[in-house]
Amino acid sequence: MAGKTLYDKLWDAHLVAQREDGSALIYIDRHIIHEVTSPQAFEGLRLAGRQPWRTGAAVATIDHNVPTTPFKSAADITDETSRIQVQTLQDNTREFGITEFGIGDVRQGIVHVMAPEQGAVVPGMTVVCGDSHTSTNGALACLAHGIGTSEVEHVLATQTLVAKKMKNMQVKVEGDLGPGVTAKDVVLHIIGVIGTAGGTGHAIEFAGSAIRSLSLEGRMTVCNMAIEAGARAGMVAVDDVTVDYVKGRPMAPSGEQWAQAEAYWRTLVSDDDARFDTVVEIDAADISPQVSWGTSPEMVVAVNASLPDPQAENDEVKRSGMLRAYEYMGLKPGIKVGDIPVDRVFIGSCTNSRIEDLRAAADVAKGRKKADSVKQVLVVPGSGLVKKQAEQEGLDKIFIEAGFEWREPGCSMCLAMNPDRLQPGEHCASTSNRNFEGRQGNGGRTHLVSPAMAAAAAVAGHFVDVRELG
Amino acid sequence: MEKFVKHEGLVAPLDRANVDTDQIIPKQFLKSIKRTGFGPNLFDEWRYLDEGYPGQDNDARPKNPDFVLNQPVYQGATILLARRNFGCGSSREHAPWALMDFGFRAVIAPSFADIFYNNCFKNGLLPIVLSEEQMEELFQAEAANPGLRLTVDLEAQQVRTPEGKAYDFDIDEFRKHCLLNGLDEIGLTLQEADTIRAYEERRRAREPWVFAEHANH
Ligand code: SF4
Repeated sequence: MAGKTLYDKLWDAHLVAQREDGSALIYIDRHIIHEVTSPQAFEGLRLAGRQPWRTGAAVATIDHNVPTTPFKSAADITDETSRIQVQTLQDNTREFGITEFGIGDVRQGIVHVMAPEQGAVVPGMTVVCGDSHTSTNGALACLAHGIGTSEVEHVLATQTLVAKKMKNMQVKVEGDLGPGVTAKDVVLHIIGVIGTAGGTGHAIEFAGSAIRSLSLEGRMTVCNMAIEAGARAGMVAVDDVTVDYVKGRPMAPSGEQWAQAEAYWRTLVSDDDARFDTVVEIDAADISPQVSWGTSPEMVVAVNASLPDPQAENDEVKRSGMLRAYEYMGLKPGIKVGDIPVDRVFIGSCTNSRIEDLRAAADVAKGRKKADSVKQVLVVPGSGLVKKQAEQEGLDKIFIEAGFEWREPGCSMCLAMNPDRLQPGEHCASTSNRNFEGRQGNGGRTHLVSPAMAAAAAVAGHFVDVRELG
Repeated sequence: MEKFVKHEGLVAPLDRANVDTDQIIPKQFLKSIKRTGFGPNLFDEWRYLDEGYPGQDNDARPKNPDFVLNQPVYQGATILLARRNFGCGSSREHAPWALMDFGFRAVIAPSFADIFYNNCFKNGLLPIVLSEEQMEELFQAEAANPGLRLTVDLEAQQVRTPEGKAYDFDIDEFRKHCLLNGLDEIGLTLQEADTIRAYEERRRAREPWVFAEHANH
């Protein structure tokens, strides 16, 4: 019998019941909750007179709607609907006895930043949240994926999920990453290669020496965008980096349990003879800093390249998508990436708002100034704790001196549900994960990049190869 | 959940690939804490010429006459024809809610994004996968005959044209069963509460830290 993949192991360990039709009931260890996708689930529980199965499994925070300017209570949120959602989460978590890191709590932040930071997610867990970027947590060798609101209700009520086993995919990045090439460039490059539907129906394990060379935070950046590659879940096997990251976190096991946990976690790797349904191999040496030019994350090129010619695309559906993207983005095939002007810059989101991301941006910003043509540079830490750490390291001062704005934690301009947004036609160098039409504000034009590339664009006023900044 | 057995209805074609959930229902409308009322803002950025925000009088807004759902022939459409990778993007269930609230009961496409596909079933919206060639045939049949009506027969797993041409589709048995009977999945799962408890005991013995209660959280 062939060995098991990491995903097989996680699946088997959580199987409660297998049904004849191929669907299964799997147990959910950690349920993370935010204000946008949970109100209707709590409402459903209440209507059916049900109670949460295990309140200790859930942890909640607010992120999508919170302003990134200081505020003290829900009443300070001027947008009425945002205020209602923030208030509703507070009411619901209190009513049902669920922990919430709410307003004013230093642990509050973007769900996918907060949970690993607290040790609420440890290897071997199943982790769900009503949010597609839950895949981020897979960096800790978890089976982690987004669910819909009905499923949020299902998990609250039963601690299980009706699921079907996905196929196994391995994306192997071998070799050394060049200087200036970051986790974000790796994942954008992967999506450029396999396309936004490349991973559909699969759980992706990211493997190979280039992935192992990444920090745990870098691995989170990669797993975060598994969903942009079409896969609900992305993951990385356990190694020393994983174990070291978890150790000492508030909700992680300690004492005697630690040794027991670590011994188990060390088994969370794909067996040598495990079989994957799909394998993609990528040479790390082929990866340059990336910039997305269109309205789908697969529309991405190397910073020193020119924009692709739609006429060279044989697939008709893809070609018409490219033509539409050019029109929306106000760009022309053949122009150089470096000729795209940048109006605003956003450094943040669950993809790139952890301390290492802020350090990378600060490294570039240090001693430099925002270009006059750039209207705004927002730096939004992923959580209150990231913010605190950055301030202890003096990163906030570097940003402020460079003319960047230093904000409170939240999703911010990643999806523009709060007041941070683009104006129609503006180009934004953004460290977020989605460049869909209107994502960062109606008519806004998003270019996905790494934190260092975003900071470099802020300084130059257009995209530049961060490797040439010196 | 609303039952789905057999449905006959007007078809509207949405000839774009990779329609994402931000386009199905833009994020400013996710702020509602209810499950209904999203229909008027379905495909908001394509349907209206101005920028939509919650609480607006949508009837008074300027409509984009070129957008398919604004054309007179498609008023009352209940079946959406779509292209590949429909529903990609976020996990928001507001997308199927908006499609349902608008009046759609089925979406037919060559492929769907996983989470969206899942979410449809939880809400009584039937996502049907046909091959690229079959979809092309349907798009062409519709273009040749706007106002085309189709029958979606879940029992028989078939989409049928008025001329009697039939397209078979696959669907998972359990999902079919739930849709046909309008079953509440949570109720079904809770019938297995003892199995879940037994599983928990096994896990607790093996990985006690997973079940730790954290006082200060
Ligand atoms: S930062 Fe962006 S992608 Fe991440 S959870 Fe928030 S809105 Fe979603």
